[in-house]
Amino acid sequence: MPKQTFILNGKPVTVNVKDDVRVLWVLRDLLGVTGPKYGCGINVCKACTSHINGKAFNPCSVRVGDLGRDDEVTTIEGLPDTVGQDLHPMQEAWIDRDVPQCGYCQPGQIMAAVALVKKVRREGREIRDADLDTIRNICRCGTYTRIREAVVQGARGMA
Amino acid sequence: MTAPEDSTGPAGTSHDSAPDTGPPGGVRRRSFLGYVVAGTTLVAAADLTMARPARAAVPSLPQVPELYDLEDLQTDAALPTSQLITIEINEDGTASFALPRMEVGQGITTSTAMIIAEELDLPVEKVTVTLAPARPELVFNQLTGGSNSTVSTYTPIRVASAIARGALLDAAARQLGYAVERLRTKDGVVIGPGGETLGYGELATLAASPVTEVVDVLLKDPEEFTRIGKPRNRDDARLAVTGRKDFTLDLEVKGAKPTMLCRPPTLNGSPKRLRNKKKILKMPGVKQVAVVDTGVAVRATTFGQCIDAIRAMDVVWNDGPVEGESDQTILARLKKAELPLAVPEVPLLAKTVEERFEFMFRSSAALEPNCAIADVREDSAEIWAGLKVPILAQQNIAQALGMSQDQVKVNVVTGGGSFGHKLFSDAAIEAAKVSQAMGKPVKLMWHRADEPRQGRLHPMVTSRIRATVLAGQVLSFEQRNTSVVTDFSHGLGEIITSTIDEAPTEVGKKVGGLGFSQTIFTLTQELGYNFGVVTQLLNETDDRFNTGSMRNIYSPDTRVAVELVVDRLAAEVGMDPLEFRLKHAKSAKVRKALEKVAEEGDWGRRMPAGFAQGIAIHQEYKGATACLVEIDTRPETVNRRIRNAVTGPRVTRATFAVDAGLVINPQGLKAQMMGGFSDGLALTLTSSVHLRDGHFLEASWDNYYYTRQWNIPPRFECFVLPSEDRLPGGAGEAGVAASAASVACAYARATGTMPTRFPINHGKVTFKPKSFVPSVPKSPTNGLKFTY
Repeated sequence: MPKQTFILNGKPVTVNVKDDVRVLWVLRDLLGVTGPKYGCGINVCKACTSHINGKAFNPCSVRVGDLGRDDEVTTIEGLPDTVGQDLHPMQEAWIDRDVPQCGYCQPGQIMAAVALVKKVRREGREIRDADLDTIRNICRCGTYTRIREAVVQGARGMA
Repeated sequence: MTAPEDSTGPAGTSHDSAPDTGPPGGVRRRSFLGYVVAGTTLVAAADLTMARPARAAVPSLPQVPELYDLEDLQTDAALPTSQLITIEINEDGTASFALPRMEVGQGITTSTAMIIAEELDLPVEKVTVTLAPARPELVFNQLTGGSNSTVSTYTPIRVASAIARGALLDAAARQLGYAVERLRTKDGVVIGPGGETLGYGELATLAASPVTEVVDVLLKDPEEFTRIGKPRNRDDARLAVTGRKDFTLDLEVKGAKPTMLCRPPTLNGSPKRLRNKKKILKMPGVKQVAVVDTGVAVRATTFGQCIDAIRAMDVVWNDGPVEGESDQTILARLKKAELPLAVPEVPLLAKTVEERFEFMFRSSAALEPNCAIADVREDSAEIWAGLKVPILAQQNIAQALGMSQDQVKVNVVTGGGSFGHKLFSDAAIEAAKVSQAMGKPVKLMWHRADEPRQGRLHPMVTSRIRATVLAGQVLSFEQRNTSVVTDFSHGLGEIITSTIDEAPTEVGKKVGGLGFSQTIFTLTQELGYNFGVVTQLLNETDDRFNTGSMRNIYSPDTRVAVELVVDRLAAEVGMDPLEFRLKHAKSAKVRKALEKVAEEGDWGRRMPAGFAQGIAIHQEYKGATACLVEIDTRPETVNRRIRNAVTGPRVTRATFAVDAGLVINPQGLKAQMMGGFSDGLALTLTSSVHLRDGHFLEASWDNYYYTRQWNIPPRFECFVLPSEDRLPGGAGEAGVAASAASVACAYARATGTMPTRFPINHGKVTFKPKSFVPSVPKSPTNGLKFTY
């Protein structure tokens, strides 16, 4: 069985599993990291949204064999460490706006929001309604309005 | 022992639950009975079996829900076992309560903690509310549905809390040597006249009783509330946003490995045999396979390996019972079953307005797919799952396993959404069967593709309305809904048979002879308008589908049809839609909600071509709602392109008002209205499943178009109206119907064409259906191409 090594939430991890197992199952079923959720398995619902080297990606649609040993995977569990705090400003905004209902999609929503804010900043601007419209993460409880408010508020807290 | 006078404030002027037995404006409040239960620390319980309030006199021509609605029925059904609900005071000064309901995102653990904290006089943070496992002795008091949780538990929980507080005061009185009347409580501490203090924790064992004692108690005057009614964040928000809130699939149960099923290509088909079992067992990670009645199960090291195994399975199937059927054949069947519209005698010159609407099948699936953990042994079984009717689940699982009910332990896990889906224990029963067949613990998950194809749906419905108008007056309004059968086998049926006898005679006469579905329909539908002779009836046909009570059950469809016809009637008599509604609204609550949204949402403002406003009401769950939306139907908006998405008309603004009776947590209530709005928007514009050749085409969120960010109005406001009511109404489902209807009305006004089929985009299949064999799609491997 091949050894798969990558960096997970700041620490190198190695698992013995075949190359074609998707990263989501490596995280959830083998490593017990359950923040990223299953909602479709085909990169549609975005409930598993996490970061690879600081950008949003969906581990349900990436083979573990495609990760290199230097690739840094960050899940919701590792997000606060990226800013050296107990909570990332986006998580604080989420709590402040009381966004979650059932909460199942919210780890993915927050990871998507952080990446989106960084992306529009790379493009030299702040977040607008049209950017919020591009968020593909499904919330079946329909918390979209509070998500929009929280992304804008969280962005203000991001350096 | 007697309970003290309420020492947190003066005695109130009226009671908030039962009719005031004192003089008008007087000082008497009714007391409630309860128990201090025998134990080593203080345990208090309510007894409301003797406290059923008398119902109001019957006015002349009300519809049934105005006298006795589904809320009353569920609340009455829960009363006889209310005394089995207990609150415990712990030695660390906290209170604990195992709520016999299920948290699925609606916020009841938070609001219940607030209610306990209020009556007990304890900081809300010191109240721990967990979910009770299946407790058969609770009978009908453990069903989460009908937006009834707080309606039915509010008073019992307050009574138990007040009794606990009384017992703590008694213990403190003995300890400090004062009469109870000289003591008061503040935030979990009993304070004596000289400033002496004793914490609830110190008193927990002193207040305990070796025997169960009956006590009576007065509840706090609502005027004195300091916690109820204040906006409060969810108790689990931090866990949710840090990824630490555990759902069923996140639980670690020893040996419970990932398990999935290969499912039949037609709806409710069944497996004959697996032809390549040996090959499947050799696949990476695969541990066991087993044929059960719903498909072929595989247990493996990861869910990904289950998916691979399912895709490699060669299964011989029996066709399901709707083989060959399609939307058109089912619609034809419904049309045949439609009840006649028997227009009452009206003057010859009266003008008739008649319309017929069609509502397609929709999926009630939550984002968390159907799932359950089962560990079935030789002589016992343990289950973990999100279950809204756990007692029935326990019975059904025991039956499936050939065990007695007490051999099956059922743990209720907080759910990743429900929307009616978790009323059924489909996944839990299936997991138990698979675990028994394999002889191993299993963590069973449905693939997303399984949900719209084999999971619970909102049935297809037609709605016919005929109204008559003469000289500006609506003389009659008849509505006949015809629906594919809604499955109520999760237990509401039993509640009805056992409780309807207790309802007022007038209600008993009207619903006594009806079937379960018709009873639910009759107990929930209120037209809300004075339109002369009003009848609303339901007829059902075809029980071959997997259906259930999707959020707000019959009301969104019924209400969309009603409000579209109301707009037509307004036009018929030459009135503005708002004015017409205000003139005919039956209740002051509805009028206030209409006035609020009209004012805040700028009703009647001029809009460019292609834009319009729409307004609608709904009355249910002891409350009233109104919604005003603005929609953009210009071609450049409707035809905007987003990958794998339905775009279509865009609602640009929504204003919502709700009177939900006494509000425990306004922030939670607003959240429910916001979510209900998202559902209503999807029901009217985008979300449905298509039946073709005996199976549903939709297989994931890229086919099933629930509301997404690009559909949501950039501007949404919700207003909680001050209520005259002193008891809470229902919240969880209250936001859907008026939302769906206002969007339909706005669309009709903006385009000049009233839609008659919902959702409006149904019919055009704009995606390539995913394969039926294999039953699940392959997970992509190109995820790194879409990073951002």
